[in-house]
Amino acid sequence: MALLQIDNLTVEFETANGWFKAVDGVSISVDPGEVLAIVGESGSGKSVSMLAVMGLLPWTARITADRMLFQGKDIQKLSAAERRKLIGKDIAMIFQEPVASLNPCFTVGFQIEEVLRIHLGLGRKERRERALELFRLVGLPDPAERLKHYPHQMSGGQCQRVMIAIAIACNPKLLIADEPTTALDVTIQKQILDLLMSLQAQNGMGLIMITHDMGVVAETADRVVVQYKGRKMEEADVLTLFENPKSNYTKALLAALPENATGDRLTTVSAFFDGAPTPAGETA
Amino acid sequence: MTANQSNKTMLEIRNLKRDYELPGGMLKKGRTIHAVKGVSFKLEAGKTLAIVGESGCGKSTLARMLTFIDEPTSGELLIDGKTVDTRPGHLTAEMRQKVQIVFQNPYGSLNPRQKIGDVLCEPLLINTKMSSAERRERATEMLIKVGLGPEHYNRYPHMFSGGQRQRIAIARALMLNPKLLVLDEPVSALDLSVQAQVLNLLADLQDEFGLTYVFISHDLSVVKYIADEVMVMYFGEAVEYGTREEVFSDPKHEYTRTLFAATPQADIESIRKRMAAKAAAREQRA
Repeated sequence: MALLQIDNLTVEFETANGWFKAVDGVSISVDPGEVLAIVGESGSGKSVSMLAVMGLLPWTARITADRMLFQGKDIQKLSAAERRKLIGKDIAMIFQEPVASLNPCFTVGFQIEEVLRIHLGLGRKERRERALELFRLVGLPDPAERLKHYPHQMSGGQCQRVMIAIAIACNPKLLIADEPTTALDVTIQKQILDLLMSLQAQNGMGLIMITHDMGVVAETADRVVVQYKGRKMEEADVLTLFENPKSNYTKALLAALPENATGDRLTTVSAFFDGAPTPAGETA
Repeated sequence: MTANQSNKTMLEIRNLKRDYELPGGMLKKGRTIHAVKGVSFKLEAGKTLAIVGESGCGKSTLARMLTFIDEPTSGELLIDGKTVDTRPGHLTAEMRQKVQIVFQNPYGSLNPRQKIGDVLCEPLLINTKMSSAERRERATEMLIKVGLGPEHYNRYPHMFSGGQRQRIAIARALMLNPKLLVLDEPVSALDLSVQAQVLNLLADLQDEFGLTYVFISHDLSVVKYIADEVMVMYFGEAVEYGTREEVFSDPKHEYTRTLFAATPQADIESIRKRMAAKAAAREQRA
């Protein structure tokens, strides 16, 4: 059974010109222990579809889906209280801006212990021990001292490690990482990706990587979903996608990579197809 | 990248340094931060030098010094063979016109209350005696050159996408016919497909105007594509400097090698290798 299965998800926002479809009939499924990458440019709806799963979209959004199953249970049918028990415990998320997603008013120790208190109901001493263990696990040096620090006292890479520690605090079954390394340097990016991949392998959790970087996809994913303007363009395992892309949009994206440049100009996406990009399986 | 082989040195810096003084408090002693610790290079006209490094390595401080936004603590700066007196008040308008900068974030570098036409005309208004009709004509020409249209003249920045805004920022930098363009991470805020368009535009403009680029970036795949020469900075020092071929085929410094190893590989061979390693690890656990 798939860990998360979404069928025909549509997310709409009301604008002055009527309803705008940010996500248009996307179906995604993730198995336990699998790394799924969702790739797309800005505005492709890759983040919005995952925020819909987390229930983090504003109330103005209209979310419809045939099914949104997590471990066989439909998330849409859960009450708000039931959903809160699930989110942050069994499904956790890491965001793009590590420094902005931590609360600047509290120490990172307080923020990680809060999760452990609410979701696992651990006592004071156990919380402290688990927090230290988690900080050690994500490779933060001097964890006991770190717990007392505020987010502004740490670098971006360290803040992202804290975010990861908070996300995996309750051993989630599914971790959603929304551009986890975009704000970081290449060398730090490598460390964070390695950390995520080793945690994923150890815990056997499902991991959804949302990214716009084909390099990150190549380094992490088992399977890839390519999105463009809210529609799914292609779904394939990572080798097939790079070796033999089906959709003309994926082909264009790969051609636009500077390392794939032929001659002294790059192929641009718009030069690649005359009309609109077509999903794999449909003919242009 | 260009056929403009005059072999003329456009930009030369000798042992350029920049220190920042941190003021002390009642209980704390003041400190000096050495942001750039003596960097030297020579760049020929019509060529592109890429400066690579992680955040805090001093690459943006260097860009600020090259564009006279920041004054060097010591060292010499020669543009077009002439030593530039960088002390405040000693810079000539002519020198300022020769060097222009394009910033990283096109959402922050354009005034939201200024129409695009006014953005482009302002440098002409300040530096030349052109009439308003002439200014308008020049601005419209430049809009077309960077791939926008005359109809965009009266629009505001919020009406444009990120890639279009970066085109406007580039157009603004080119209004005074500069010789040297400092590009501070010009494509890192852009999507992959838009990045390709802007890089192509930069290559076209370099061919057309014989521009010299100092291209600051942290993305090695972009650097490999666009640069003639590469400099790697680490904690304020230039740890590696050479032509693109030299640096990429035979990196000398430990940090450069770390940087290359950390860059994600998107070729099929490395994916295959990774999948094989993963399958092996999975079997071992089972």
